[in-house]
Amino acid sequence: MKRLGSIHITALTFGLAFLYLPILLVVIFSFNASKLVTVWGGFSLHWYGVLFSNSAYLEAALNSLKIATTAATIATLLGTLGALVLTRLGRFPGRQAIGGFMLAPMVLPEVILGVSTLMLFVSLGIERGLLTVALAHATFGAAFVLVIVQSKLVSLDPNLEAAARDLGAGPVQAFLLVTVPSLAPALVAGWLLAFTLSLDDVVVASFVNGPGATTLPVRVYSAVRLGVSPEINAISTILLVVVSAVVIMASLLQKQALMRDQR
Amino acid sequence: MIYRSLALIALPALWTLLFVAIPAALILKISFAEPQLAQPPYTPLFEAGEYGLVLKAHLANYTLIFSDPLYIRALGNSLLYAGIATLCCLALGLAIARAVSCAAPRWQPLLLTLIILPFWTSFLIRVYAWIALLKPEGLINAALMGLGLIDEPLVMINTGFGVVIGMTYTYLPFAILPIYASLIGQSPRLTEAAVDLGASPIAAFWLVTVPLARSGILAAGLMVFIPTVGEFVIPDLLGGSATIMLGQALWSEFFSNRDWTMASALAVILTILLLAPALILQRLELGSRPGMKK
Repeated sequence: MKRLGSIHITALTFGLAFLYLPILLVVIFSFNASKLVTVWGGFSLHWYGVLFSNSAYLEAALNSLKIATTAATIATLLGTLGALVLTRLGRFPGRQAIGGFMLAPMVLPEVILGVSTLMLFVSLGIERGLLTVALAHATFGAAFVLVIVQSKLVSLDPNLEAAARDLGAGPVQAFLLVTVPSLAPALVAGWLLAFTLSLDDVVVASFVNGPGATTLPVRVYSAVRLGVSPEINAISTILLVVVSAVVIMASLLQKQALMRDQR
Repeated sequence: MIYRSLALIALPALWTLLFVAIPAALILKISFAEPQLAQPPYTPLFEAGEYGLVLKAHLANYTLIFSDPLYIRALGNSLLYAGIATLCCLALGLAIARAVSCAAPRWQPLLLTLIILPFWTSFLIRVYAWIALLKPEGLINAALMGLGLIDEPLVMINTGFGVVIGMTYTYLPFAILPIYASLIGQSPRLTEAAVDLGASPIAAFWLVTVPLARSGILAAGLMVFIPTVGEFVIPDLLGGSATIMLGQALWSEFFSNRDWTMASALAVILTILLLAPALILQRLELGSRPGMKK
């Protein structure tokens, strides 16, 4: 009965082509010697050279890396605490509110996250810069970390920690020595996810960044608005490779963790 | 014990209070203010009056949103394009999810990974890729003209078509996964039984398989509709002022007109618009979360 009909093969071929061809073309044309974006003029690394001599892009990339590292670290801490609160403390007043507000950034449009966080910074009189972008990114990153860590926490056997307590470990010791190691893949996956989300964000960063804190996507975005260029194809290819590498790493870690659980 | 619980709750609770709840309250407050040339650029909601604080709420922004053709169009376009993109994603998603669920079990994980992978590559780059494809001197037009199918380049960018194709492309993986999950949970015997009883395979698909997958299809639709309604980058790059959506209206009120009160009012309207779909999605997800079922 498991036989792929021609309709199914067509659907899969068309679907995968639709998903991959546009990205593939960007990558191919980043190696185009010609300045024209639709005419192939031979293989060349010229545009990568142009890119690496552009200090504005390099500075923006450095800003993005700083912000993404900080945001992902805070997000992992917050998201993990949030997941523990939601899974380990049972029912308490305000549980739903905490869960709802922590997950809200997953559903809210980025323009709303951006404008509302900016209003907060303005009314507190906080000067905008790298830190404000990192704080805003940490807030939405935490929501994704929470979901990843929570799904892992639910699958953990609570008896393991109880056994450690019976054997004389303190509550903190039992948590750090028993629960954290089994959570580790989820924590790393969550960190990597928060990192890539931060590295990919244009909208929130446009609202909350300040002078000197332009991130790479914001800079690329303003270039993209002016039109297609081989230089943007080159930077796109680099971003694609970096982001995909990080994500593949994250999903492999999660898969590995799941397999270990099933054993 | 209680102190430990409090210590655990403190940081996430305070963080979400500061960075989610208070900003939301601020937006709501500012949406009822009027713009003014001062720092901050909006009127206070409460003013000291003779008998204490006086509430000075202005509804001007909201009445303008529902009377000015520009905002009504932005609202209509948001619902229209998100709606069409959702339908496109569901149609493609159903076909692709069905094909994956019919493939040999050992191929299914690989196919699913291939489907999700593009979603995890840079969002901005995926939208950018479509500019190169859709613009008048872009690759699609160059190919069609090279083949002699058209003489004049087709206008695809800066149109609703461009916006819908960009949204469909970006959010298609969102639609495939929930539909696949609900298809794979069905017993193939149900469709077989329908065919044995005389239904054609197509009739069996529409009358048995699709109705059984309706919760997955509904979840898929919401997972596309919710993010596309408030989308900014896609309509900005592939559409433009002709296809203005709420996200763009908010952006230009804030960055071009520097009207924080109108930007806030638009944010409130957008949130209200998303409230019902988000709650329905949450209910669906709660029903299907691992550990909660069975």
